[in-house]
Amino acid sequence: MSIDKETARRAAHLARIAVPEDELEKLAGELSGILGFMEQLSEVDVEGVEPMTSVTPMRLKRRQDVVTDGDMPKKILSNAPDAREGFFAVPKVME
Amino acid sequence: MSELNALTISAARDKLRAKEITAVDLTNACLDAGGDALNVFAVRTPEIALAQARAADARIAAGDAPDMCGIPLGIKDLFCTKGVTSQAASKILTGFKPEYESTVTTQLWNAGAVMLGKLNMDEFAMGSSNETSTYGPAINPWRRKESNVDLTPGGSSGGSASAVAADLCLAATGTDTGGSIRQPAAFVGITGVKPTYGRVSRWGVIAFASSLDQAGPMTKSVRDAAIMLEAMSGHDAKDSTSAEFAVPNFEAALTGDIRGKKIGIPKEYRLDGMPDEIETLWAQGADMLRDAGAEIVDVTLPHTKYALPAYYVLAPAEASSNLARYDGVRYGYRAKLATGEGINEMYERTRAEGFGPEVQRRVMIGAYVLSAGFYDAYYRRAQRVRTLIKQDFDKVYASGVDALLTPATPSAAFGLGEMADADPVEMYLNDVFTVTVNLAGLPGVAVPAGVDAQGLPLALQLIGRPWEEGDMLNIAQVLEDAAGFVSKPAKWW
Repeated sequence: MSIDKETARRAAHLARIAVPEDELEKLAGELSGILGFMEQLSEVDVEGVEPMTSVTPMRLKRRQDVVTDGDMPKKILSNAPDAREGFFAVPKVME
Repeated sequence: MSELNALTISAARDKLRAKEITAVDLTNACLDAGGDALNVFAVRTPEIALAQARAADARIAAGDAPDMCGIPLGIKDLFCTKGVTSQAASKILTGFKPEYESTVTTQLWNAGAVMLGKLNMDEFAMGSSNETSTYGPAINPWRRKESNVDLTPGGSSGGSASAVAADLCLAATGTDTGGSIRQPAAFVGITGVKPTYGRVSRWGVIAFASSLDQAGPMTKSVRDAAIMLEAMSGHDAKDSTSAEFAVPNFEAALTGDIRGKKIGIPKEYRLDGMPDEIETLWAQGADMLRDAGAEIVDVTLPHTKYALPAYYVLAPAEASSNLARYDGVRYGYRAKLATGEGINEMYERTRAEGFGPEVQRRVMIGAYVLSAGFYDAYYRRAQRVRTLIKQDFDKVYASGVDALLTPATPSAAFGLGEMADADPVEMYLNDVFTVTVNLAGLPGVAVPAGVDAQGLPLALQLIGRPWEEGDMLNIAQVLEDAAGFVSKPAKWW
């Protein structure tokens, strides 16, 4: 299936990536090409086939719900582009 | 060539233990090997290297020398290394210095290995030519006969491949999500192993597609791959998909005896338009294994043709989720905002400026195939096809086959920029022989086996049974010995 400019805009928004208006057409073309390639999957009979969620037959491990690590705010914040008073700082979220 | 940096791990280990050389000598030889023209290092860490080398010499002197003790390595930029920039070759992680060390590198340093620096790669491991890197492409030390055109070392572990092939290190770590260890290893004539999913901890390795990613060794010989894989492997409580199996002595599995082994040749891997040289090499590889006493059988993996389209649904879907964390808040790059711009502009502009075009495409495709209305048609269907692909392998192995022999890549290394005008999908075809192995969670190894008419390396791939890396490497060793590939690129860099 081919996707139009509006769908490309939606995909970009879902991915939180700014795409300039004049590049949406080209992006729609590229995404259509990739989705076209994926279309081959519709030829496969998947009736009754379980979707794979784990490639090795292992049970998801469990552990006690306890604190195992922590108390290192300085380390957590050390790579932040903007950190103040022990917090990550971001632009105003609400007016 | 008698330079120390050209040694294999096994030869260096023996010389270190015999006190013929020191780890400091070995490390200095690598540090002095140059290679800037190949653009393989994202960052060099000579101070760390020499400190680790001195510590290794002390351990060797004390009689405590694990196999990797004193061995200088390059580390793919995807591994988090404490206090050393770890950027996944992306602008969005500019300046990121992790406060922690990945499990794989922790195990390597605990075994006494030496870090020379971080190696170039495709951005977030998405690419097959190293051309999506924010550092610019790594360059293949090999050139076509009578040509000075720069070739790709493949990708995504392109810097690792070039660094090992050019003897800038003894070995390197790589990671493989769809072929990112095996394709570059094939393009530069070295050995590259993708272990069984769960063999090697993913903790501290920057995630691309978590259900497919595995780290592995890229080395100058099959023996080296066995030695280094053992040091990288093992259960890790910090990775819930890491397997609780004891790690075998992989080197001890290299007996050279493959009599009675059953090697499958999957007919679906014979592609239209595949170069004759690759077809011939494949047939020769089968002959070599037959001559060593293995039985060659034809097998069928009927869903092979759907592996790439399934991969290009699943990997971007997982990537879109994994890469959601790069939002300009916790680490790396944040776009400069104009007055009045708010948090949404911060997210959208940070990601537009921080991610390169291929990463953007994949994140958007991933978001799209996971979105309401398309989830069942694309993502869920691809997961079901993945089950069928794994069942194909299960059936072949249940019939008594020990390993499969296939080509590693559909071509030799191509020129940098040669694919610039190609459709993104054409670049994806590089992974056609390798991607099935990730989808099925199996171990695979690329072994250099010959050169093409242009003098460029070509490789074969062996695919093993799950958790049977030792057996797979033993067969690979037989192939390596029989093929006798000893060519090195002529030094121009």
